[in-house]
Amino acid sequence: MSCLETIQAYGLRSLGIGERLLPRSDFTLCEQVTLIGSGLIWNIYFGALALFFGFFLATGVALAKNAEHPLIRKPAEWFIFLFRGSPLFIQFFLAYESFVLLPKSGIELNLGFVEITAATSWLTRAWAGALIVLFLNTAAYTGEIFYGALRTVPKGDLEAADAYGLAGWSRFRRIVWPTMLRLAWPAYTNEAIFLFHATTLVYFSGFPAWRQKGDALYYASYFADKTFNPFVPYPIVAGYFILLTLLIIMLFGLINRRLNRHLPQAARSRFRFRPQVIR
Amino acid sequence: MFSFCSDPSTIDGLSWLACYLTNGKHMAFWGSFGVVMVLLAITAPAALMFGFGGAMAARSRVLPIRWLGKGYSAMVRGIPDIAFFLFVPFALDQGFEWLRHKVKCPDWDEPIRQGNDFVVCAAAKMPLSSSPQWVHETYGFFLAVLAFAVVFGAFAANVLFGAMRAVPHGQMETGVAYGMTDRQVFWRILVPQMWIYALPGLSNLWMILIKATPLLFLLGVEDIVYWARELGGAKTSIFAYPHPDWRLYYFLGLLVFYLSLTKVSETVLARLTRKLSHGQATMAGEQQRKAAA
Repeated sequence: MSCLETIQAYGLRSLGIGERLLPRSDFTLCEQVTLIGSGLIWNIYFGALALFFGFFLATGVALAKNAEHPLIRKPAEWFIFLFRGSPLFIQFFLAYESFVLLPKSGIELNLGFVEITAATSWLTRAWAGALIVLFLNTAAYTGEIFYGALRTVPKGDLEAADAYGLAGWSRFRRIVWPTMLRLAWPAYTNEAIFLFHATTLVYFSGFPAWRQKGDALYYASYFADKTFNPFVPYPIVAGYFILLTLLIIMLFGLINRRLNRHLPQAARSRFRFRPQVIR
Repeated sequence: MFSFCSDPSTIDGLSWLACYLTNGKHMAFWGSFGVVMVLLAITAPAALMFGFGGAMAARSRVLPIRWLGKGYSAMVRGIPDIAFFLFVPFALDQGFEWLRHKVKCPDWDEPIRQGNDFVVCAAAKMPLSSSPQWVHETYGFFLAVLAFAVVFGAFAANVLFGAMRAVPHGQMETGVAYGMTDRQVFWRILVPQMWIYALPGLSNLWMILIKATPLLFLLGVEDIVYWARELGGAKTSIFAYPHPDWRLYYFLGLLVFYLSLTKVSETVLARLTRKLSHGQATMAGEQQRKAAA
């Protein structure tokens, strides 16, 4: 099989398109690069969607943690402690076991006038179950980052907002939120990088890779187990992830530039790599 | 364990639970919490040593050594740590066997990599195939510790390198002015002072290390995750203690274990920060000085 044919057969294998059987013997470099690259689709899927939905929940959590009323503040604090204080690996297992315990036939919901059956079996699949865990997890980590940024919004900005007669929603939308994002952005970039790294845990933590549709690391460990040679597949994964990391740094850098566009060059906050947020 | 446990099928309620939680397999489960603690106790200093070496190498005047140090601390940046946990033990194991093969069987003429197999002579196997089960388990645990130490050493090298640069330069210049050599300045002035700058990063690392311990399961060590899955699974009536699928409760237990470990660490680290700030030229140190005066 030429390399082009291999790419046609396995390029979208992780989505179930193309050849059913994985290569079993005489592994070529092209097969390994293609299949691991096809697995990367899942890493990007989990990372991008969790990051997108998590962003909104995180804003809410940060605001709730900043609230005066304990009935709003305490749940947010507990949410952050629960997801930041325990290993993601355990969270995955716990979520999977509890999703499995839900009745197979679905839950009957009686709304008075009509009965609906909420199907639950899709929750045990990685694409939904693991995404929910990653979403909650990144919301907690990002919530803490946003909360820290919210506490450091300059007093002068708020006073200026008062002087202009901004209050309530418009003050939040125009002053507090953009400043919070600007202050949080370097830390949030790190969070995004490590969220993408954390997506490699999904298929090692209870969620089964249905019909061998797995992520990049799943295929890499498949090759390492079959060939007894870790020196080829793992560096391929590493290469892919370095590229992904660079891409994230670039995209977040563009947003950072936009958030900082009103400031003089020297006052802009720069991204610095801080390996502090792996879970 | 207890005398009334001899026939589990006749008892129920609390005494059943007491017998269930003290049977042989559960003793292994409780023991595996010890394994996690031992891992933490060995890995933390080992990783700190790796990190210290890495940071020292990154500051070296010799270019290749500096590259080595910088490369080591940069390696964790773009690559998922779990990829390292899968790769490092595998690679180390083959590295050891290859070295032993070269030493012990010099007149072996077949290639080591035959297609998809990694073949070394029987005398070079690590551990020897004739050695007892516990040697194999200890060797697996040792490889896991080494993998943790290498990965977290790279993180620690990042932190310590930053901390060494954060010590005020005037302190070192004072040392030189008193006639100390470079080596003396490093060990007597820089190293004692850098810890307070390294502490925030190191306490973060400690939290990450705690949360990385369930990855032991991936390395094939029989740790708490292994036992939780093993014991929690549904047991039919052939077993002495039949029960439905209880994995959820076992994992809830693990969750509580990790949350309390985090809480305790937070308290201890806060105390340590206060202690190390004593007499330092930082804001916290200054506050302590004023409070005492």
